[in-house]
Amino acid sequence: MIRSRLVTGTSLRTYLITRIALVVPMVFILLTLVFLLMRVAPGNPIEAALGGHVPPSVIKQIEHRQGLDKPLIVQYGDYLWGILRGNFGTTITDNRPLSQIITQNGAATLELTFFAMLVAIAVGVVVGLVAGRFRDTSLDVFGRLFGIVIYAMPVFFIGLLAQLTFGVWLGWLPISDQASPLTQALLQTHTNVYFIDAIWDRNWAALWDVTRHLILPAMTLGLVTAGVFIRLIRINVIRTLRDDYIEAARARGIVERRVVYNHAFKNALVPVITVIGLNFALLLGGAVLTEETFNWPGIGHELVLYLGNRDYTAVQGIIVVFALVVVAVSLLVDFLNAFVDPRIRY
Amino acid sequence: MAANASRPARSPHGRARLIALGQATKPIREATGTARTMLWVGVAITLFFVVLAAFAPYISPYGFNQYKANGVRFAQLAHPSAAHWMGTTVLSTDVMSRVIWGAQTELTVVAIALVMSVSIGVPLGLVSGYFGGPLDRFLVLIMDALFAFPYLLIAIVIAFLLSSSSIGQGVFTAAIAITVAYVPLYFRVVRNHVVSLREESYVDAARALGARPRTIIRKYVFFNVVQNVPPIATLNAADAILLLAALGFLGYGIQPTQGAEWGYDINRAVSDSASGIWWTAIFPGLAIVLLVTGLTLVGEGLNETLNPVLRRRRFGRIEFDQLDPEQPRD
Repeated sequence: MIRSRLVTGTSLRTYLITRIALVVPMVFILLTLVFLLMRVAPGNPIEAALGGHVPPSVIKQIEHRQGLDKPLIVQYGDYLWGILRGNFGTTITDNRPLSQIITQNGAATLELTFFAMLVAIAVGVVVGLVAGRFRDTSLDVFGRLFGIVIYAMPVFFIGLLAQLTFGVWLGWLPISDQASPLTQALLQTHTNVYFIDAIWDRNWAALWDVTRHLILPAMTLGLVTAGVFIRLIRINVIRTLRDDYIEAARARGIVERRVVYNHAFKNALVPVITVIGLNFALLLGGAVLTEETFNWPGIGHELVLYLGNRDYTAVQGIIVVFALVVVAVSLLVDFLNAFVDPRIRY
Repeated sequence: MAANASRPARSPHGRARLIALGQATKPIREATGTARTMLWVGVAITLFFVVLAAFAPYISPYGFNQYKANGVRFAQLAHPSAAHWMGTTVLSTDVMSRVIWGAQTELTVVAIALVMSVSIGVPLGLVSGYFGGPLDRFLVLIMDALFAFPYLLIAIVIAFLLSSSSIGQGVFTAAIAITVAYVPLYFRVVRNHVVSLREESYVDAARALGARPRTIIRKYVFFNVVQNVPPIATLNAADAILLLAALGFLGYGIQPTQGAEWGYDINRAVSDSASGIWWTAIFPGLAIVLLVTGLTLVGEGLNETLNPVLRRRRFGRIEFDQLDPEQPRD
């Protein structure tokens, strides 16, 4: 994350351009780190992926197809050039282009993370504001305990509890997959995001099915992320309520309720944009685990699959995609912040 | 402190250190209200798990990998009963024994990982922040890049790469994976603090007196910076337990033959839960929740008492005398 300094006199445009310029070295370093990590690993990646029972001629052939027989520096060049053109390579084990994984499985991850974020913001903002406003009362203690316990629960454990309760014992909701097989077979794909596809076709039965499948994973991932929000928003409210301008508002005789709701809460929520950005990486990590728990066909699910198959190219490609998404989101958050808060300039 | 007071300190240096220690623990001793409760509840929970871990061979009814006793194989997936308080798994192992032995695995790995990340991250941050220059810029770029990245993914990739090397999977692989994920955090916190300290007048004064950089870092900067580490490290320990469990859940943590690991056990339990078997998942899960809660409470309690922004003093509000505007002042 790039620190912003309080310097007046530069325009929003200068800020945005500087910020974009600063992203380039960061992306470059991330890409280089990933490349180096995957290459310093000992052993032949092709042999690792295909097991020891493949004739050497086949290994040579795949090595050539993957470009692994070239000198390291050429491989590095090809790798960077490929990413620049949006070509992330093809997997070793099933020869699937990474771009296909990104569009298909990425769409499932997008659906999951979007709804999880909605849940997280709703729960986090409400509980955090209440706990901060009524500091040291039983409401605060309850809110904080909720935050701590939720934070303390591994996302896969929450998922499992949800599966047991709502899936197995109550029988209300499905416990795995993104949609029932029938829906998957019948639904036309426009965007690969099932939720949007169902609305697109006005296929309400499919929408119902997709929503039912979405509830448990999104709630699981959302609640975990909410734990972090609660803590940060609570502290923000406490800090804001101590600021001079709040005291000034009180001194001007403004009713306490208005001081809290109109002056304090609004300002306490501005940093939430940053918090969302900072926690996006956390959300992605949680998504990998949630997808694994609910057999959700997202990009994290694929990552675990290819890790198990020891498919280096696939792992490298997926990690690169995650890195690019994280950088893009942090850029977006800084832009949003710059629009909201005129003090943020270089 | 009383025992030390009767004995004269050996050198003015050692005495200064004692006073510094007393100063550092003062906020903890003076902690009040919620922060105090949080601290002590957290310490109690954490100690409970430390005892479980240390005395696992005596407390645990069976070995973590034991599936038979006296020549009789335990029942598979048996309900919790008098013989197996928390039931048995699909491999006939005793769930309770695995939970108890698991405490040992979790605490060992996390302790190793924390010691490694603190002893790499803090010195790097000190040197990088104090000297600045190209090395600082280079390290900041790399650490920022790593920090922005989901640390679960960093840990998975490191564990994946190490597990295919000669090191294999085990306690050290997991610890190294967690270390790599956390070093950027310590580096950033320490480095940023050092950068702000570098300009302080007392550091300037020391420099003007001709103190060498090593002396300045050791005597003036280090003690100021190191105060930030305990709350971070405790919260980090809580996080590391979750990270280790996540690694185990994905199959890149401790292997089942090497030790019991809660995350791995929950992974095995996913397939049980579809048929309504709850005990293989609930007990390891609760152990994770309890231990992480304990460590978080300690960390939050420390944070609340050490962080002056959040600290509440024991004395009440200061009330000023009401001035009557009608009365002329003396």
